[in-house]
Amino acid sequence: MSLTIAGQDLASPLFLGTGGLPHLSLLEPVLEAAGPGLVTVSVRRTSAVQPGGLLDAIARAGVPVLPNTAGCMSAREAVLTARLAREALGTSWVKLEVIGDETSLMPDAVELLEAAEILVADGFVVLPYTTDDPVLARRLEDVGCAAVMPLGAPIGSGLGVLNPHAIEAVVASVSVPVVLDAGVGTASDAAYAMELGCSAVLAATAVTRADDPVAMARALRLGVDAGLIARGAGRIPRRATARASSPTAGMIR
Amino acid sequence: MRIILNGAPVEGAPTVADLVEHHLGRREPAGVAVALNDAVVPRGEWGTQPLRDGDVVEVVTAVQGG
Repeated sequence: MSLTIAGQDLASPLFLGTGGLPHLSLLEPVLEAAGPGLVTVSVRRTSAVQPGGLLDAIARAGVPVLPNTAGCMSAREAVLTARLAREALGTSWVKLEVIGDETSLMPDAVELLEAAEILVADGFVVLPYTTDDPVLARRLEDVGCAAVMPLGAPIGSGLGVLNPHAIEAVVASVSVPVVLDAGVGTASDAAYAMELGCSAVLAATAVTRADDPVAMARALRLGVDAGLIARGAGRIPRRATARASSPTAGMIR
Repeated sequence: MRIILNGAPVEGAPTVADLVEHHLGRREPAGVAVALNDAVVPRGEWGTQPLRDGDVVEVVTAVQGG
């Protein structure tokens, strides 16, 4: 099951973050189990440690890499980080994160929109991490973002989709793909996001900090697919009262 | 000449390429990008981009991240 963002076909509606894995050696089996459409990395100052291993593992899996601007707290920082990522990794795609504080890790809407506008004008394919606010999502689409990525719950919380009505409102308010980002804790959260109309789900710590990351990667892959199929199947309306499924005629009285 | 490399003062080098080689042990390491005073220096210009006293240089690479 594929989807298209900015004209590029992606192999799966499950995107995977790589942060939090206890060992880099787990990355390849996790990527194999998840079969993700994109895989995110961060950009940081080099230390004496040689760069390498991470990108080699992703390249061997054949998954397109999506650099993020995680940790940036201003448009200026995020724009420079995105430009460095483009130079280092050879991709103009960026998961744009501009957070407002280090406790909530909530997006800073003002800085986010400014950074998105600058990066789109600079030729980037911008996928912004945003709040579950349909108005901000539309503003991000208006400045040219290729998708919007509302949070289901705070980063790393594993609380799932806390406000499903808001996610549905975001889906209804934009025509670009909606990627649920942040909050996923387990497979049912991913399935639920897809049932709500999201086009994809990005999960990081749900997999990387699970007791068995490889098994959770496979579970999320199946969850996303199940949710997408269920969305297409058309769920029954919710009712406040019971409605028998067995015939009411011919009962033995 | 003193410059700021990744937030710390260090002895400078004639060009960006020389600095990268001294810092990372290789002249053209894969997956690395350089910013000089908040502007990206394309890899093809590392060898000709001179450094000056007080320059602020960032050398970055990809790491695991959500």
